[in-house]
Amino acid sequence: MHDIGDALGLAVALVLSGDADLLEIVLLSLRVSLSATVIACLVGLPIGALVAIGRFRGRDVVLIVMNALMGLPPVVVGLLVYLHLSRSGPLGFLGLLYTPTAMIVAQTILIAPIVAALSRQVLEDLHTEYAEQFRSLCLTRLQTIRALLWDARYSLLTVGLAGFGRAVAEVGAVIIVGGNIDHLTRVMTTAIALETSKGDLALALALGIVLLVIALGVNAAVQSVRITAARHAYV
Amino acid sequence: MLPLTVRDLVLRFGETTVLDGLALDLGAIGCTMVMGPNGSGKSLLLKLLHGLIEPSAGRIDWGGHAPREVTRRQALVFQKPVLLRRSVAANLDFVLKARGKDAGRRAALLDHVGLAHKAAQPARLLSGGEAQRLALARALATDPEVLFLDEPTASLDPASVLAIERIVSDARARGVRIVFVTHDMGQARRMADDVVFLHRGRVAEHSPAPDFFPRPRCAAARDYLGGKIVV
Amino acid sequence: MLARTLGTTAMAVLLAGGALAQDQSIIVQSTTSTANSGLYDYLLPIFEDETGIKVNVVAVGTGQAITNAENCDGDVLLVHAKAAEEKFVESGFGTERTDLMYNDFVIVGPADDPAGVAGMQDAQPALSQIAEQGALFASRGDDSGTHKKEMALWEDAGVDPTAASGDWYRETGSGMGATLNAGIGMGAYVMTDRATWISFDNKQDYEIQVEGDEDLFNQYGVIPVSPEKCPSVNAEAAQSFADWLVSEEGQSAIAGFEVAGQQLFFPNAPEN
Ligand SMILES: Nc1ncnc2c1ncn2[C@@H]1O[C@H](COP(=O)(O)OP(=O)(O)OP(=O)(O)O)[C@@H](O)[C@H]1O
Ligand SMILES: [Mg+2]
Repeated sequence: MHDIGDALGLAVALVLSGDADLLEIVLLSLRVSLSATVIACLVGLPIGALVAIGRFRGRDVVLIVMNALMGLPPVVVGLLVYLHLSRSGPLGFLGLLYTPTAMIVAQTILIAPIVAALSRQVLEDLHTEYAEQFRSLCLTRLQTIRALLWDARYSLLTVGLAGFGRAVAEVGAVIIVGGNIDHLTRVMTTAIALETSKGDLALALALGIVLLVIALGVNAAVQSVRITAARHAYV
Repeated sequence: MLPLTVRDLVLRFGETTVLDGLALDLGAIGCTMVMGPNGSGKSLLLKLLHGLIEPSAGRIDWGGHAPREVTRRQALVFQKPVLLRRSVAANLDFVLKARGKDAGRRAALLDHVGLAHKAAQPARLLSGGEAQRLALARALATDPEVLFLDEPTASLDPASVLAIERIVSDARARGVRIVFVTHDMGQARRMADDVVFLHRGRVAEHSPAPDFFPRPRCAAARDYLGGKIVV
Repeated sequence: MLARTLGTTAMAVLLAGGALAQDQSIIVQSTTSTANSGLYDYLLPIFEDETGIKVNVVAVGTGQAITNAENCDGDVLLVHAKAAEEKFVESGFGTERTDLMYNDFVIVGPADDPAGVAGMQDAQPALSQIAEQGALFASRGDDSGTHKKEMALWEDAGVDPTAASGDWYRETGSGMGATLNAGIGMGAYVMTDRATWISFDNKQDYEIQVEGDEDLFNQYGVIPVSPEKCPSVNAEAAQSFADWLVSEEGQSAIAGFEVAGQQLFFPNAPEN
């Protein structure tokens, strides 16, 4: 397996060379997946919070569905989004297929359930702790949700990270709705898939290493925030 | 809201019956000390009166209102204070804002409980006694008409105990109705207008303080005051 | 406050995303072999310089490329499955199909050649022999142009390999590159277009075992998507791309594209 050694060397060389194409791909990956993460949080956190504090009929079913949706196969999401955004689909008039926006949409759908389900767990645990105090203070539902979201913010960062990790690592959805178009919709994972299909395993692996390093960087950044927070007992 | 009338109050958890036909009357003013052995149901009684939990049976009547209708006009300082994962100041700001109170009162409240110098510190790093004081300040921030206190001085040093008692006495003097759980005999003597003694799921004795301490009527209270284990 | 900031960011990101799609641009739904070989990287800059039209290539299997084009998700179709392409035009999805270029298919296999087909020039007997020996054969099984071609050859050879699917006949259900990777991994014979093979980097000990049969001829065609079926297409730009490809200039550009000193595609557009 000389490829692994080659790949490591190549990865270093790639990064050091400051290759413009690589930079473009990396930046697009980050832009797409970070946007998807932000939007997924805007959608997923309130849903997670509502389910966390809600006592309504059918809640168990909602929980099961939410947890099951965490396992949505990226290809299926890609196909669904493709069918909607395709020129012949209901949203075709928007002309979004094969744009980064389409990729953001697909990844958002992919990870919003993850954000919702994981944040539900985090917020429910916190709510168990706060519930009586909040009841005593006669907080409204909205006040409760806002307080929970704010106080759980550092744990929720990890939830966001989980979503980001899945988004930045998936290839099945973005390759269908983005089309892996050079200089337009090519991201790290689709580039890796492409190089693999060209049999350039070393380059594919090198890109994979770069992706890993980026993921490490993002995680390290968030982790350092969490450590600071933990020192203040805010976690 | 007052007087309070409680009749036939029952609270069960599955097979265990914690309160079993409890009756209680509280007048409009004063400081009622609630005493009784561990596990006799003091904390749960406060939560029932405050409307945080529902009884299994019986009636709680706050001058024609159900507990849940008057929760907002009361405050409870929990035995184990629950503080937000924020600074001391932010904990107070949160309550003042949520309850539509003047945000400018924060400094005075912190000063009142002796925590002004801790304002910027994370609340969850406070010592047990400091946390209790912050919880008390938070309760006062809501301007309650009835203030429930569940062993608020259990982990405080003697000076802080006196400080808390002074704050509570001030509130009482302003007309706030105080319901105060304690195991501290000295504290009970200092603070009590009347004493409610819980035993075996009922109010075993409810007497004015001057009667209770020298001559408790029920045997359990006599044993309790005498330092014997009561079950 | 935080939520509002995030919301604004999200909107900005979305808008920026939408604005990226350039006005004068077309999408080519293409087979993978042309894209993976690097042909477009070589051709497109020439065309874009001349016309200012940005060409975006979506490289997928021929079957998916045609489906995408039928969904109006492309302006030009460039694939290699003549029958399917003609049907595409007949159904009104394409304006006109033009032969563009050709290369050929080859059957590659491990150097030790377990089925003993090395040097055979006729594809059908070679396939029969592979089937008889039960030597492993990896097929794309993905309804692509290459797959369609392979199935036609099996039929000529009088073998129904799908009866042995999962046994010696392995259908990967994926693209050419992935099938080559898989085939090489398991020591199977694979039929591939020559362009993909020459530019493929993970050959290991594999060699071309069968080549040179007329039946292995691989014709590529180009079709602009019909603006009547698909009003959203950039018909003018699509037409000028197709015209340029079959023009003298485009054709000689195709002929000039080489990998490792070898010409990969042979232009054969009809003279006009
Ligand atoms: N959710 C519950 N389920 C079952 N039993 C409970 C529950 N909550 C409380 N209990 C029981 O009810 C009894 C009364 O509890 P409570 O907290 O009111 O006691 P307490 O009088 O405040 O005691 P302490 O002096 O130790 O604070 C205890 O025996 C406790 O174990
Ligand atoms: Mg208690």
